[in-house]
Amino acid sequence: MSEQTPLHIVAYCCEHCAYAAADLAGGLRLQYPPDVKVVQIPCTGRLDVLNVLHAFEDGADGVMVAGCLPGNCHYLEGNINAQRRVRHVKKLLAQIGLEPERVEMFNMSSAMAAEFAARVKEMSERIRGLGPSPLRAPLNTPTTSERESKA
Amino acid sequence: MIVAEQKPLQEIKSLLGDAQKVLVVGCGTCVTVCFAGGAREAAIVASSLRMASKLDGDPKEVSDVTVQRQCEWEYLDEIREQVAQADVILSLGCGVGVQAIAEHFPEKWVVPGLNTKFMGLPLEQGVWAERCAACGDCILGLTGGICPIARCSKSLLNGPCGGSEGGHCEINPEVPCAWQLIYDRLSSMGKLDVLLEIQPPKNWSTARDGGPRKIVREDLRLAVEEG
Repeated sequence: MSEQTPLHIVAYCCEHCAYAAADLAGGLRLQYPPDVKVVQIPCTGRLDVLNVLHAFEDGADGVMVAGCLPGNCHYLEGNINAQRRVRHVKKLLAQIGLEPERVEMFNMSSAMAAEFAARVKEMSERIRGLGPSPLRAPLNTPTTSERESKA
Repeated sequence: MIVAEQKPLQEIKSLLGDAQKVLVVGCGTCVTVCFAGGAREAAIVASSLRMASKLDGDPKEVSDVTVQRQCEWEYLDEIREQVAQADVILSLGCGVGVQAIAEHFPEKWVVPGLNTKFMGLPLEQGVWAERCAACGDCILGLTGGICPIARCSKSLLNGPCGGSEGGHCEINPEVPCAWQLIYDRLSSMGKLDVLLEIQPPKNWSTARDGGPRKIVREDLRLAVEEG
């Protein structure tokens, strides 16, 4: 894979911290790899294991989960619960046959735009090192949501 | 509730063998509550199997459906069409659910996705403990509501034994001694005299030792089923 080929990294970002940090990074014109697709969630505690699996099933090369700093969760413990869930997903990925390193959890505040940019860069470099997901689907393969609506 | 946990994916894959069309069937009752085989877990297993089989170079067609209760025929009738289209059924029900599917769809190969562990309750979210051994002759009225059959490692009727140390069982310091729990509870309620009565050997024929069990309630049977 050449350096220019984009990766598909899904970033589930808590709206109280990482999503605002990503917004601020944009406002500050900070540079970070274009491989990441940000998905806003109300709290990383809302993260469902199934969301992460479906992202991989639909061809994501990596998933990053970004929540508030420990002790700063808007809902008290959502980020701590998410950390445990991400560890569980890593185990599932290993059983499935994917590298557990393809998913990672990060913590940051809404003011940490540089941290967001640095973590995206870190994740992008990590995934580029692993290579694209062997599950990347051909273009005409139905996505998880299309399959579910058909059922 | 019946408490179960999922088998490792590798074992599930080997149970499925060469089957191409897999139907994962979840159960909406006990195994949903213990997060082992409900709708979400069925979807997770189905997604995992789709990805794993694709990576193995043998992509399988895996779908999932969850019924309210796998252990009753009526609920299984609802999925007859989906069952017919599958090569193999992966049941995420307890052992009763797996057998109910096998009995109801005799022409279909059914494999278990869970290991059924025990009858118990959640101590906190994510932690379950055994509470009942279904011995068939409940003695909780003699022990202050704490079961020595399920919770004493030796199922003693007149405990504790010499292996009770500091309120814990000798098999594992994390296992509370059931008889210490019983003594403490009866003591706090001023009912220690209950323990003065020595219990005779238990009739285990009402438990598994008596062979497969069955209950027939004539008052509940429907007339059409008689004779």
